[in-house]
Amino acid sequence: MTTTSIRTHNDPLVIDGVEFGSRLIMGTGGAPSLDGLGAALIASGTELTTVAMRRYSPAETGSLFQLLLDNGIRVLPNTAGCFTAKDAVLTAELAREALETDWVKLEVIADEHTLLPDAVELVDATEQLVDRGFKVFAYTNDDPVLALRLENLGATAVMPLGSPIGTGLGILNPHNIELIVSRASVPVVLDAGIGTASDAALAMELGCDAVLLATAVTRAQNPVQMGEAFKHAVVAGRLAKQAGRIPRREHALASSAMEGRAEFL
Amino acid sequence: MNIKLNGDHRSIGDGASVTTLVTELTGRALDPSGQATDGRKIGVAVARNSAVVPRSQWAATALAEGDELEIVTAVQGG
Repeated sequence: MTTTSIRTHNDPLVIDGVEFGSRLIMGTGGAPSLDGLGAALIASGTELTTVAMRRYSPAETGSLFQLLLDNGIRVLPNTAGCFTAKDAVLTAELAREALETDWVKLEVIADEHTLLPDAVELVDATEQLVDRGFKVFAYTNDDPVLALRLENLGATAVMPLGSPIGTGLGILNPHNIELIVSRASVPVVLDAGIGTASDAALAMELGCDAVLLATAVTRAQNPVQMGEAFKHAVVAGRLAKQAGRIPRREHALASSAMEGRAEFL
Repeated sequence: MNIKLNGDHRSIGDGASVTTLVTELTGRALDPSGQATDGRKIGVAVARNSAVVPRSQWAATALAEGDELEIVTAVQGG
């Protein structure tokens, strides 16, 4: 076994007492087919994935829930599409009933154009859901003050966005993400805006405990290969963070000694 | 009687329970605790007039004329 695999093997992500070998949480949104999604999920190595709750349709072929059960991937239902705390709480209750989990990724968005979280409704919903015994994974703006507020209300994990959902713009405010991480005592999961592998590696280098992404894989030209790329990116970023990067310097610093050089005429 | 299911009108036999409706919709038989008798997870939840009906109450919850039911399941989503 190589050093790398030993390190990552002994470094599980722990959320609410549950251990995960992978620090990549892959959402299921955006995949054109259930078969393709399954292959991408497996390639990514994810052990936890998000799903949305929608009206049951008998016409639907295949069950996403069954696919996840069959592959041993734990399910994290979300409240995507909810604009108010009231809708989010009801959706979470339905998810708890349907999927038999008290974990919920809480999304309360302000409008369809930005898909940005509505901070006021988010705080309200977090309070209500924590009261009702939910383990709240709060999808939040990259606001260190709000993130801490959510933790203090009892959120199980805080999930700041890198950039708006589906944009692939990466991490627009790395400083804020670092600030959130430095003040948090619950897991911080970078969620939304990831475009490619280096964005996920950066999230981990900034100190995030995990990365959540969906469309970066499901809408990539080759989702299976991109899933695998993210698997490695998250591991690389985590290792680099733990290894301790060199300080940034203004001027060059030679890595070869100046002494003992040959002299030429 | 007439009810509304997932936004559409639907007619269902008088005296039907939530269990009756879930079985009609999914084609899966349910035991009294609300679990599918085929041993696999059914993965749906029911709200009746905007209140969640716990699985354990499905059999005991009779539907009434004009009830609005939502039956949801997990679908792809970030």
